[in-house]
This record gives sequence, C-alpha cells and structure tokens, in this order.
Amino acid sequence: MDFSDTIEEAAFREQVRAWISANAPEYLYEPLSTSGFGSTRTGDYDPLTEAKKWQKKKADAGWACIQWPKEYGGRGATPIQSVIWNQEEGVYGSLSRTFIIGQGMCAPTMMAYASEEQKQRYLPKLASGEEVWCQLFSEPHGGSDLAGLRTRAEKDGDDWVINGQKIWTSGAHYSDYGILITRTDPEVPKHKGLTMFFLDMRSEGVDIVPIKQANGDSGFNEVYFDNVRIPDAQRLGEVGEGWKVSLTTLMNERLAIGGSIATGFPEIKALVDELRIASGSAIEDPAVRSRLADWYAKSAGLKNTASRAISALSKGETPGPENSIGKLVAGGMMQDIAKFALDLQGLPGAIMDPEIASGSARLQAMLMRSPAVRIEGGTDQILRNIISERVLGLPEDMRADKGLPFNKIPTGN
Amino acid sequence: MNFDFSDDEKMVQEQVHRYLNDNCNFSVFRSVLEGNEPYAEKVWQGLAEMGVQGTAVPAEFGGVEAGYLTLCLAAKEMGAHLAPVPFSTSVYLFAEALTRYGSQEQKEKWLPMIASGQLKGTIAVSETVEEARPDNITATFGDGRLNGTKLVVPQGMVADVAVVIARKGDALTLVLAELDGVGRTSIEMVDPTMATATLSFDNTVAEELGGCAGDTKDGWSALADIYNRAAVLFAFEQIGGAEKALDMAVAYAKERFAFGRPIGSFQALKHMMADMYVALKLAESNCYYAAWALQNDADDLAVAAAAARVSATQAFQLCARDNIQVHGGMGFTWEFDCHLYYRRSNYLTLVLGGLATWEDKLIAALPADAA
Ligand SMILES: Cc1cc2nc3c(=O)[nH]c(=O)nc-3n(C[C@H](O)[C@H](O)[C@H](O)COP(=O)(O)OP(=O)(O)OC[C@H]3O[C@@H](n4cnc5c(N)ncnc54)[C@H](O)[C@@H]3O)c2cc1C
Repeated sequence: MDFSDTIEEAAFREQVRAWISANAPEYLYEPLSTSGFGSTRTGDYDPLTEAKKWQKKKADAGWACIQWPKEYGGRGATPIQSVIWNQEEGVYGSLSRTFIIGQGMCAPTMMAYASEEQKQRYLPKLASGEEVWCQLFSEPHGGSDLAGLRTRAEKDGDDWVINGQKIWTSGAHYSDYGILITRTDPEVPKHKGLTMFFLDMRSEGVDIVPIKQANGDSGFNEVYFDNVRIPDAQRLGEVGEGWKVSLTTLMNERLAIGGSIATGFPEIKALVDELRIASGSAIEDPAVRSRLADWYAKSAGLKNTASRAISALSKGETPGPENSIGKLVAGGMMQDIAKFALDLQGLPGAIMDPEIASGSARLQAMLMRSPAVRIEGGTDQILRNIISERVLGLPEDMRADKGLPFNKIPTGN
Repeated sequence: MNFDFSDDEKMVQEQVHRYLNDNCNFSVFRSVLEGNEPYAEKVWQGLAEMGVQGTAVPAEFGGVEAGYLTLCLAAKEMGAHLAPVPFSTSVYLFAEALTRYGSQEQKEKWLPMIASGQLKGTIAVSETVEEARPDNITATFGDGRLNGTKLVVPQGMVADVAVVIARKGDALTLVLAELDGVGRTSIEMVDPTMATATLSFDNTVAEELGGCAGDTKDGWSALADIYNRAAVLFAFEQIGGAEKALDMAVAYAKERFAFGRPIGSFQALKHMMADMYVALKLAESNCYYAAWALQNDADDLAVAAAAARVSATQAFQLCARDNIQVHGGMGFTWEFDCHLYYRRSNYLTLVLGGLATWEDKLIAALPADAA
C-alpha cells in the first residue's frame, strides 16, 4: 500500500496545479467555500455566467472534460488523470455543477449512439459549457419505474411527433438541448416500446414551467411537449431500444470519483467544536461524541472507499461494486446530521438567515436540501434494490406488470 | 496511489484461508463450544507450522517478518472462521505489548516462542464487573512479585504467560508473569470459545516490561497504545466475521421459500441485507486504511484504528444480528450456526473496551481540522 502518486501522476498533478493556480477565479474562492449544501454561492456574481466563464476558460486550454477524446473537446486523459484533475480543481469544481448532467450523462449517451457528424457538432460545445444539456427522463408516471413513462413519439414522415410531459427536469430552463426518452409502442411490454432522442429545447411546442422546490429554490421544471417535431436523424439507438440506451445514461449517473463526497461531517464538527449546551461544551458531551464518531467513521469509510476506486483506476482496472454505497450513505447521513445539529441549538437552530444562524446556516440549508439527495438519481429504496439484486444476487422483486403489454398495466386510477 | 494489498500479502491470506477451510470448520468450533477441549490445539499447531503466529514478528526474534498488512489479512481469515485458538491474545496483544514495550532481552526471550506457536500469551486487565479504568486497577507489583485478581482474562485458561497491568505505588505499570501455578477459574462468557478465566496472582514472580520500567511510561497509556494497534487487527477479525454472516444470510434467503417465493425476494429482507453490505464495505475500507497506518506507524494511527474499530464493530454486530433474523426460527437454534457469529460479534465488541469507549477515543484523537 502506498498513497503517493506514480512519477507520471505526480508530473501531471504539477501541471494541473500550475494551470489552476494561474487561471482559477480566485475572487470566488470565499463564497464557493462557504456554499450551503446543494447550492453554489458566487457572492456578487451571477452563478451561471461564472460557471460558463470558468468552463470556457478550461476548454480553451484543453482542461475541460479531460477524459473525452480530443476531437470532441477533451484531452484524451486517463481515468486516473481525471481523478487528479478533480482533486486539484477543488472548490472551483462546484462551478461545473451546471454541466454535470450534460457532460456526465448526456455526453456518454451521445458518444455511444450519435452519428460522427453529430458528435463533432455537439460534444465540443457541451465540453466548453457554451451549450447546456438536460435529461428528460422522469415523468409524473415514471420515476423509479422509469419504464412506465407515457410521453408518446409517433412517426410522421422523416420526423417524430412528441406529445406528453416530463417532470423534475433539472436545468431545463437554461438548457439548449436535452436527451428525451419516449414511448413509441404501447402494445408491447413496457421496456420494449421505448425510443431515445435528443432535441433542441427551443423547438416549437416545448413549454418549460419551473417547479418551486420544498427548500424554496427552483432547480427543476415541468416540460410539456405539444406536437413537437424531432427529425429521425436525432434518434439515439434503434426504435424500441430506448431502454438499453437509457442504461448507458444511468450507468454514468454516479458520483464523480475524486471530487469530495459531501457528507456534512465537517459542518457538524465545526458546529460542536464551538457550541455550548446545557451540559457544557457540546464536544465534551458523551452523546454528541458518540454520534460524531459514528459519522466520522462513515465519512472516512466513504473516503477510503473512493481511494480503493482510485487505485483500481490507477491500475487500469474497473472499481468494485462497493462504489455503489456512496449516495445511499451520504444522503441519509446529511439529513441526520442536519437534524441533530439543529436540535442541539434549540429554537435558534431553526434560524435560516445565513447572516444570523451559526455556520452561515449551512446546516439549515442541508436540512432542507438533503431529502432530495435520497430521491434524485435513484431513491434510497431503489439503490437498496440494486445492491441486493446486482451485488448480492438476491432474487428480483415480484412485479405486477411483468410481461404485460404496456397499455394493460394497472395504473391505480 | 495503490490502496490495495499486494499479491504476496493476498497469497498468504489465501493459504491461511485454505488451511482453515480444510481444518477449522464448524465442528471444530463446536467441539470447543461444547467444552470438549479448551481450544483447538491441532489448528493452533497447524497455524504454527505455517508460521502464521510469527507473521509480523521481526526475523531477529524468530518471526516471518511479513509485516502488518499480511497479519491483517490473516486476522480477517481467523475472524471469518471463528477460529477457536488463542491467536488474538497471543499475537495482537501479548506479542504487540512486547514488541512495543519489551526490553531487548525480553523480546529475545519471548517473541520467538510466540512466533513458533510454542507459547500462548494474553493480557490481563479487568478486575471488576465495570469496564477497566485506571482507578479500578488494584493488582499490585513490587519487589518482583505480583498480587491481585484479574476477573476476566481472555484465553486465561490456556495462556502460558501474560502481560498484566498493575499498580506500582501510585503509578500503573505493565508486568510480565508466567502463569504456571497461578490460580485459574474458568468463567462463563457470551462466547465460551475464548477460554476466559479469572486469574489470581499470589506473590507470583513477575518483571516489568522494559519500556515501562522506572518512570519511563505510564502503564495505562502504554496499554492504550497496545490497544490501538490490536484494534486494527481485531477490526479485521470483525469484518471477516461480518462478511461470513452476510454470506450465510444471502445463501439462506435464496433457498428458503415462504408464500410461494424465495424469502430473498421480500424487499424487507433485501433491504436489510443491502444495509448489512453497506456497513461491511464502510468498515472494510476503514480497515484498509488502518492497516496502512499500522504498517507505517502513521501519525493518525489512533484515529484510523478507532474509525476501523467503530465501523467494524457496527458491521459485525449488524450482520450477526440480522443474519439470525433472516433465518427465522432456525436462526435461534443451537444447531444452526447463526448464534456462533452473534456470540463472537458481541464478544469482540467488548474485548478492548466497548463501542462507546472507542467512539470517545476516536473523537479525542481527531485533529482540530478533521474533515
Ligand atoms: C432534486 C431532483 C432533481 C432531479 N432531476 C432530474 C432530472 O434532471 N431529470 C430526470 O429525468 N429526473 C430528475 N429527477 C427525478 C428523479 O429521478 C425521480 O424523482 C426519482 O427517480 C424518483 O421517482 P419519483 O419521483 O417518481 O418517485 P416514485 O418512483 O413515485 O417513488 C415514491 C416512493 O416509492 C418508492 N418506490 C418506488 N418504486 C419502488 C420499488 N420498486 N421498491 C421500493 N420502493 C419503491 C420510492 O423509493 C419512493 O420512496 C430529479 C429529482 C429530484 C428530487
């Protein structure tokens, strides 16, 4: 065991460090470092503009999406180099949150299924942040059960005509393009009648309605399709193969390795170090110490699990299944930590105003954002299903819809 | 970064695994459990022939000197097989105490006999039914003689020699005593395979460990240091046991049918086992890091050891407990093996001080800027 870089890795790290220290937007360091969980604070500057500026600067110098091939706007870097980049980019990496869905999920799907010409046209601009993409998968009737989606695509000449509704589409309101999964055949079992497309979000008939979230922000939207026409050339994969295509997208929906995993531990530690409670200093209280130790052990466990993945990448191997635990552990932990932190402070713990609350109200923001972590990108329950079925090899759930044509599946209404 | 065990280290693990698989199955464990023999002597000898006891002992003291990373993997196998031998007390506790605090002469005398399996060692600490603290240690040492009673000594029935914490005037110190002629009474424990005894020292000949002699090192902090190192090795035993308990649960859930379907298709059980897996993987990753810290005597060994200990304790407790649940009524029979893991998991939780103690140690050892 050895935690040091290889000679090549160290040289690469040096190069990354030098470029970042010469080019990073240092004026954003302060606000970015104190960002509440799930938000990107940029002080007096506009977050989207700053995100795009930093992304473009990286792209111009060959430091955007470094693992992608050069001809599509990347650098042809190895996975381990990409990890090193993430580690070194540090807080500035949170500026790229705007592009995560496009670069992390839409792009791999485009790489696997778009034509060469389309890849040349779209991928470099996705890498440089000049064009933002979103993922139009979930629907009112298809979330965990994504294959239950109802948005219709019907062939009309060389076009497909889309009618229906998507929901929870993050960033649709500032996106230029999106990948869209639709139902093309309702008479076959649900996984077999799906087809994937990409489309211009400014197409006629697309209507985007922001949704106000439980925490008051507005990151996701409803997207309505009213006779929206998409050329057949923008189909990704074969007709009826949309489920297979979607798996490419979803496989990439995991924490970027090397970026730090937010767990809430540093925030709770900082709070209890300072806080006084009835029994005296909070950090001296046995009950507090017990909870803190549990959370430290969990957050160290995630960090050390990530190190295992990084070593696998460094050796050119695929990281093991233990990497599937990250979001499941971190989501619940953040929610527990936030609740505990507020509880220690009594009523003042409920103050949301960052100017007044202790720790700039980051724990309060965490309280209000963490429920979403346990839902987005696969709920806690779906993740447990995946671990038990795919990792432990336990039998599949009994399903009421198995083998039924889509239009014969019970809907509850 | 190479955060993995080397092929050589894994090869030793594989050898220990194969040996225990062939020679230390549940019937061996049960023979000790039923009181037919105090420990599995044949297994102990077999391990000794392979040099396992001397894995981390330096070559100059008769060991294999294969390092702590290798010993950690061997420990994982010992835990997975619930091996009923005085391995942990001899190797993680007695040998570590000597390696850290023995004089050159003491090391030369004792370590080769531990490494060869000729001798079995242990450590004697607790005297009352409360967790040991500096203020409830009353055994005394003076003029080369040890007096007092140690209530619960793991492997006390079979050990030949022990490191004992005792009072020397106002201070605490660590002494070494041969157990020939010392009064031993077997004491019933949650895990009866640990040959636990009450030891009565009555003017027993003893000598201070060199590193604690005079006022060089307070015995309690020396003990804490030995425990930190042992904690890493015990944590590997714990994840070995946890993994086995999870495997048992998964295997049973695939075979057993109820309501016309395998019980492993019930989501309540699937999610329970997913949680067991998560706890195990967190612990495993912390154990890897702690193994590195132990091998390299890292500055953050205390934190790493405590984190490994806390999460491995949680993982083994959860897996052993819910393995019984997955087995239903069968899980609560003497005949099924579930209770063996349940017993061992609860015993291992306490052997170096309970979970709350380690949680407290973890927070005490955290640097101010820990993240
Ligand atoms: C902040 C946020 C951002 C999002 N961004 C996007 C986006 O950009 N694009 C996009 O397409 N989607 C997005 N989503 C949607 C997200 O993927 C879905 O919300 C999620 O998959 C859950 O689906 P659902 O909301 O329909 O809940 P449901 O599927 O209705 O789940 C309701 C409850 O039932 C449980 N449940 C469902 N099925 C099972 C089962 N088989 N076993 C056990 N329990 C089950 C769930 O765990 C949950 O507790 C986002 C969601 C959030 C919260």
